[in-house]
Amino acid sequence: MATLDDYKGQMPAWCPGCGNYAIQKAFKEAFVEMGIEPYQFTIVSGIGQASKFPHYIRCHTFNGLHGRTLPVATGLKLSNHEMLVVAIAGDGDCYGEGGNHLIHAIRRNISIKLFVHDNQIYGLTKGQASPTSMEGMVTKNQPFGVLSGQLNPMALAVALDCSFVARGYAGDHEHLKTLIKEAIEHKGFSLVDILQPCVTFNTVNTYAWYSERVYHIESSYDPTNRVEAFQKALEWGMRIPIGIIYKNNRTPFEEKIPVIQAKPLVKQTITMETLKKSIEQTLKEYY
Amino acid sequence: MSFQEVSLDYSIRVGGEAGQGIQTIGDTLSKVFSRTGYYVFTHQDYMSRVRGGHNFYQIRFADKPISASRESIDILVALDKESVRLYEKFMSPSGVVIYDRSLLKEEFNNPRFLHIPFIDIALQSGGNKIMANVVATGAVLGMLGISIQIFLDIVKDTLKKKGENILNANIKAALSGRDYAATHCLQCAFILSSPDKPKMLMGVNEAIGLGALASGCKFYAAYPMTPSTGIMLYIASKAQEYGIVVEQAEDEIAAINMALGASFAGVRSMTGTSGGGFALMVEGLSLAAMTETPVVIALAQRPGPATGLPTRTEQGELLFALHAGHGEFPRVMFAPGNPEQAFFLTNKAFHLSQKYQIPAIIFTDQYLADSQWTFNEFDLNRLVYKDYRIHTEELESYSVYKRHAFTESGVSPFAIPGESSHLVVTDSDEHDEEGHIIEDGATRIKMVDKRLLKKLPRIAEEMAPPVLYGATEPDIIIVGWGSTYGPMKEAVDTIAPKQSIAMMHFSELYPFPPVHNGQYHTILKKARLTLCVENNAGRQFARLLKAETGYECTGYINRYDGRPFTVESLVEEINGYTG
Repeated sequence: MATLDDYKGQMPAWCPGCGNYAIQKAFKEAFVEMGIEPYQFTIVSGIGQASKFPHYIRCHTFNGLHGRTLPVATGLKLSNHEMLVVAIAGDGDCYGEGGNHLIHAIRRNISIKLFVHDNQIYGLTKGQASPTSMEGMVTKNQPFGVLSGQLNPMALAVALDCSFVARGYAGDHEHLKTLIKEAIEHKGFSLVDILQPCVTFNTVNTYAWYSERVYHIESSYDPTNRVEAFQKALEWGMRIPIGIIYKNNRTPFEEKIPVIQAKPLVKQTITMETLKKSIEQTLKEYY
Repeated sequence: MSFQEVSLDYSIRVGGEAGQGIQTIGDTLSKVFSRTGYYVFTHQDYMSRVRGGHNFYQIRFADKPISASRESIDILVALDKESVRLYEKFMSPSGVVIYDRSLLKEEFNNPRFLHIPFIDIALQSGGNKIMANVVATGAVLGMLGISIQIFLDIVKDTLKKKGENILNANIKAALSGRDYAATHCLQCAFILSSPDKPKMLMGVNEAIGLGALASGCKFYAAYPMTPSTGIMLYIASKAQEYGIVVEQAEDEIAAINMALGASFAGVRSMTGTSGGGFALMVEGLSLAAMTETPVVIALAQRPGPATGLPTRTEQGELLFALHAGHGEFPRVMFAPGNPEQAFFLTNKAFHLSQKYQIPAIIFTDQYLADSQWTFNEFDLNRLVYKDYRIHTEELESYSVYKRHAFTESGVSPFAIPGESSHLVVTDSDEHDEEGHIIEDGATRIKMVDKRLLKKLPRIAEEMAPPVLYGATEPDIIIVGWGSTYGPMKEAVDTIAPKQSIAMMHFSELYPFPPVHNGQYHTILKKARLTLCVENNAGRQFARLLKAETGYECTGYINRYDGRPFTVESLVEEINGYTG
């Protein structure tokens, strides 16, 4: 059984107090409690502070390009669907640069577990607005304040009938850990947007700001009702819901592809002999 | 059918609007000829629209191998007026135009024009207007005096699921078309020689697809873009049989990144696109290089910049692909000149990309994508398949596994994630041997040496020299790459009786075949006239040749009107140089 020590990776290069530490801790604990070994899953990440994540725990890692996390994860999952595939991205990474991929990954409903470290700011490039920055927020690059509307990833996901839609908060450890477990266990695509204070560049959305506003979604709430979920997803401001906003039973993409039902692509053996025999047969179609 | 032992070489052009069934007539006739045992070359020319406009399909068949179209037409099937207006001037002295006056709304009082009531015959056969295609196909066979049996077999194969009434109507239409032409075409004087054994008829997109199947490709992701789409369609049609996942990605950026994810996971993967899509893939190409993840990319060129001429042809992406991607890294590039080369070079692209963990690019273009060739067979013993990934037993023998370990060859052991407890880690950032992010200069130098400087000379030694066709010590050499192979070869055949001429065709472009590999450099230097033939304006290959070998061609023949070289136009341009 894996222990927390098995998940000890490289020394993080995050700022002291960064919300990423709390997410990392919850993640490691969730994985240890679920009995998942480091070699049993792959993390695909992009570029940004969040995307350094896989280096700081131990796992198979494809740390790719900014915004391109989900396509790499999709190719990986389609080739080896027995592997747990986790995608880690930031708000700029996933909702900005990679927005198109998010839409289509949700449509496919491929079993990728996406965790977005949403600090509502660009950290790595030092403090520009992100798609989830609130309207009016002044930055060095937005001297007149953010003029565009704030992207609502939860509403977007519900609108697309995303299979699992949840919001967590880096400042609520136990709750986040539970959400991570539920996202991993869900069949199909999971999106967990994690509110994560950036202690260096975001002076608006601080620990205090979030802590004042977040509340656990009531236990009476039915996350399978899409219309109510949409309403819940729209809540933002003085009260911000955290927990599972929506989930459904859509069949995962990988279960619909006939050629991988017997075994994953990566386990299908290939030999020169069988290849030649098949090609010989196929070439007959050309005569 | 009476055979005489004379050289046979006829060209048929089917012209009309998109949606009139030109493709069906052309495909069927080509199949009949190749199955009968003739050598066939076909090419198509169409506008970027689904209906209307004007398109043609040209089929040349002969009793010896052929590799290009000729301008002269022996039978023109004119389904619209435009066909007559545009192509009458290309008719050979014994050529015949067939048409239906009810379609063209015009009657031609010329002995070389034969009215055949395609539509009336179709209706009388118990069918509908669409069956005019079947009548026309039957008519062409009747004019040529070629047995209709193979055509009837094709009709039966295609329509067996449509019910007996439809099938019988089609057979009747085919026979009536043949009989009408045979009886009415008094001016038909086509002489057939004995056919050889049946041949394979194949296009380049299918050949690339087949090459991928033969190389163990398990994953193909792409976004549709002319003229590369045919590759995806072909592989999708074989997905079930060969166990391949084909995913239509949301864009080309996703396509290449998916292919990289699949490759990292442990399967051979591929993508395909045209210039505009490749432009979007460029960052992913660089990612493949940095993470040392193999991927094969088919780059089907068409004229740019931007959307350019979407259904026309050009060889405009050579230097773009050579330099594509930020940063310095190796790649291999192939440019097949026909389907057979495409099949084996796709196999080589997979092999080298796996062996050296690099991206491999296969060039085609619209001209190649829209032409078909015949071959007696492919020698499958030339195929290479070697699994370069490190598997469980070998992997478990490592006490420490490092994905990007420094080695003598620059190639690191590449494990399959999940096959053992060793972790496979890679990064688009510069990284250490384990795959973790670094910034120190010393590691950086070692990584660049490993990825680029150690691998590149080793890959170069794997590249084959150009093919020399024609005179062995030529006075004149036409130099080219990729799709100009066919027209160049036939231009050499045409000029050879009068001049000492050869073609030097490069299909393995980068790393450039070293000058010590074969005699090509010496042969070039000895020639009096060396003409670099390219379907572009920028003399891109001539520049690559000069940069890599120091050799500068003495003259250039460039075509950039979006059309392929024809043998006739090429011969004329060569003659312009030789006087």
